[in-house]
Amino acid sequence: MPVVMDADRVAKSLTRIAHEIIEHNRGIDDIRLVGIRTRGVPIARRLAAALKDITGADVPTGALDITLYRDDLMRQSVGPQPVVRSTEIPFDLEGKHVLLVDDVLYTGRTIRAALDALIDFGRPKTIQLVVLVDRGHRELPIRADYVGKNVPTSLRESVQVHLAEIDGRDEVEVQS
Amino acid sequence: MTATAATALRTRHLLSIDDINEAEIALVLDTAVAMKEVGARSIKKVPALRGRTVVNLFFEPSTRTRLSFELAEKRLSADTMGMTTAGSSVVKGETLIDTAKTLEAMSPDMIVVRHASSGAAHLLSRVCRSSIINAGDGTHEHPTQALLDAFTIRERKGRLAGLRVAIVGDLLHSRVLRSNALLLTKMGASVVACGPATLIPLGLDRLGVTSTTSMDEACEGADVVMMLRVQHERMHGLFLPSVREYFTLFGLNAERLKRAKTDAIVMHPGPMNRGVEIASDVADGSQSVILDQVANGVAVRMAVLYLLAGESKENE
Amino acid sequence: MKVLLKNGRVIDPAAGRDGQFDVLIEHGRIAKIGKSLAADGARVVEVPAGFIVAPGLIDMHVHLREPGQEHKETIETGSRSAVTGGFTAVACMPNTLPVNDQAGITQFILKRAAEVNLARVYPIGAVSIGSNGEQLTEIGDLRAAGCVAITDDGKPVNTALLMRRALEYASMFKMPVIEHCEDPSLKADGCAHEGPVAAMLGLKGIPAVAESIMAERDISLAEMTGGHVHIAHMSVRQSLRAVRDGKSRGVNVTCEVAPHHFTLTDEAIKGYDTNTKMNPPLREEADRAALIEGLRDGSIDVIATDHAPHHADEKALEFDRAPFGIVGLETAIPLCVAKLIQPGIIGWPRLIELLSAAPARILNVPGGTIVEGGPADITIIAPDAPVTIRAAELVSKSKNTPFDGWTLTGAAAATIVGGRTVFVNRSVTGADRFEERA
Repeated sequence: MPVVMDADRVAKSLTRIAHEIIEHNRGIDDIRLVGIRTRGVPIARRLAAALKDITGADVPTGALDITLYRDDLMRQSVGPQPVVRSTEIPFDLEGKHVLLVDDVLYTGRTIRAALDALIDFGRPKTIQLVVLVDRGHRELPIRADYVGKNVPTSLRESVQVHLAEIDGRDEVEVQS
Repeated sequence: MTATAATALRTRHLLSIDDINEAEIALVLDTAVAMKEVGARSIKKVPALRGRTVVNLFFEPSTRTRLSFELAEKRLSADTMGMTTAGSSVVKGETLIDTAKTLEAMSPDMIVVRHASSGAAHLLSRVCRSSIINAGDGTHEHPTQALLDAFTIRERKGRLAGLRVAIVGDLLHSRVLRSNALLLTKMGASVVACGPATLIPLGLDRLGVTSTTSMDEACEGADVVMMLRVQHERMHGLFLPSVREYFTLFGLNAERLKRAKTDAIVMHPGPMNRGVEIASDVADGSQSVILDQVANGVAVRMAVLYLLAGESKENE
Repeated sequence: MKVLLKNGRVIDPAAGRDGQFDVLIEHGRIAKIGKSLAADGARVVEVPAGFIVAPGLIDMHVHLREPGQEHKETIETGSRSAVTGGFTAVACMPNTLPVNDQAGITQFILKRAAEVNLARVYPIGAVSIGSNGEQLTEIGDLRAAGCVAITDDGKPVNTALLMRRALEYASMFKMPVIEHCEDPSLKADGCAHEGPVAAMLGLKGIPAVAESIMAERDISLAEMTGGHVHIAHMSVRQSLRAVRDGKSRGVNVTCEVAPHHFTLTDEAIKGYDTNTKMNPPLREEADRAALIEGLRDGSIDVIATDHAPHHADEKALEFDRAPFGIVGLETAIPLCVAKLIQPGIIGWPRLIELLSAAPARILNVPGGTIVEGGPADITIIAPDAPVTIRAAELVSKSKNTPFDGWTLTGAAAATIVGGRTVFVNRSVTGADRFEERA
């Protein structure tokens, strides 16, 4: 199974993205981080840590569960309902630059759902997208603003992101 | 105890707490945590049940349960229709099955039903295509009330297992008692049921609860004191001699509450009869979670509606 | 027309007979019983091995619903259901519309029964006018018209005083007073046996003592008056105790139980199937066991079905709103086999006593035995025939049975009333030889 990112590569990518965020937003004053459950959440927390290392300031970080916004829910169900986990965004998004964080960008449907959800929390000034891996095959007009690594894949393949907080190790692999 | 967490309900209908096991109860309560957060947002609505239709079929007057379900349905973006009949069809001689089938012709996905006859929800589940949610059937069960009570207890106490819960009042006619007794004992709490001897059903122990006619004994060491409503029509005649005597023997006042644990919570499914089963200072006091129950009812019903909207495993 | 039933196992407890015999039927009567009878011009029917030749079964507690509720059952459909279940005679309850409280209605029932010409129908008259519990009916007139007993079934005889008078008055005609034992205030609007199951289901209970209190009242009154009280559809052990006590004191009391009460318990009502709702309700296991014991030890006299047909629409209601009652004529034999014969509780002679000899004796009607000169009312029973009860296939106009889909054994192979074969069970192998040929 080809490993496309190891722990070191993951760490370096996140540090690079942190610098890009600061540069692009000219500081971090109005930045808010929101990780998409499940693996977007630890990535968002690591980015917050990286931003603090660089700037010394805390960036408020939340967790978003997009299950209730999934576009496959609203059709006649074909299986049991996906498990809903709680959303924790204990801060105001009004007028902020919200950095939406996920592990893999694929069809774009998760991000579409996340955008809908975020809008219900307020009206951010901008929403920017951070992903650790972009594997292509978009089904919606969505692109990432910050990408850890572009990994070209075929539709038959799947991308597995392992994170120390959840899986005990940092590693991204492609399975066919 | 079920080792693995449930990720879905096996049942299409929620007719009784008997339909769901501990893991499924935990799933409903966990899902309700997420649903409660939705209610804290500035826009308190998610599109999860967009395009689904829910019928609220209430054959008994009910304000809080009906409004709670309606709000839950709306927060999930379902289309809702309500039919409250203090007898509209019944008066015309239409049977429950005919009423339900007429509504089903409009293709709802779920029917929430409140009815004065025990087993009415079971009857509908046998003849309807829709998922049936029992919102109270006669003196049988009120499963979503028990779920919201459990949610409220868990929110305050962090757990259900090992707690001592006193349920006090008209045990004979209470669907809240039946659902709560089933749920709480399933989840490892111990339940002591207390009421006048005329209002204790024969064979109550089969529900896994102990019963007593002593209010002091019931309150002793309780983590939760749950008061049940006593219907006014039971108050005079063969069940109970008078309101005055009932409150003296079974009413919850501050003095009696002292027998419970110092951090005990006081619950009531509403609507309350102040001065009949509960003293106002207790109902409004710091240990009362009665209004939390109302708030949590919406979240728990959202969870139930959401989870039942999926294709159940039993159909596979 | 002569028929010779050859080599059947004739079981006739009233005559003390159980063995291989030939039975010669002529002109609607039993002409001869014996071994190796000569055909002598009779049509010879070789009874298949294992089949039982029994005196015609008599169900002394049936609701035929006519006049007035013909959508549930008629005298015709009920009679057909009876002979299908192996009953050559039924006694029909007076709670029709109007109530059978006068000779004109009795005569109507008998006229219809004669036109239908299947089972014998014995009307039972009301104790009180309209069964309203106030004024005695003209019991002598009812007797003269053909009633064999009186009852206010559906409800108890209203007051102790009325029961006293009914027992006294009916004793002049040697008629039993059949009592639906139930204290109305204790029963109230109950719809299930009061106990843990009803408590769980949130159904209003009918306590066991609602029945036994009334049984005790009536047994005391029978003792005082010397009248004959017959306790209908007895369901609880407390009533059985009262009956045993009464019998031991020499009181003229008899009693019947229904197959559903010794087959099912209140566990069956879980799920709120209204076809498990009857009055008295299905009781708890201790009661079921007590009834079985009472059937075994002889304290219970009769098995009667309390056949109570209701239209499907009437049963398709909430449990507490649906009417009480189930059909029973066509399921009696297999249930008795399953619960009494197969477990070895009683043997066939005792069962036939319960289903034929005893009701004939209590109602003082012909039959209940196969004797020379007696009516040729005979039920041929195939005790080992496999049967699957299908509600939809019941001959009764109503299909309200809780036994749909039950696979059992035992069936009527043929039913002979007055020498005429009125029913042949085509699903029983070998039964076709009882078919009358032109």
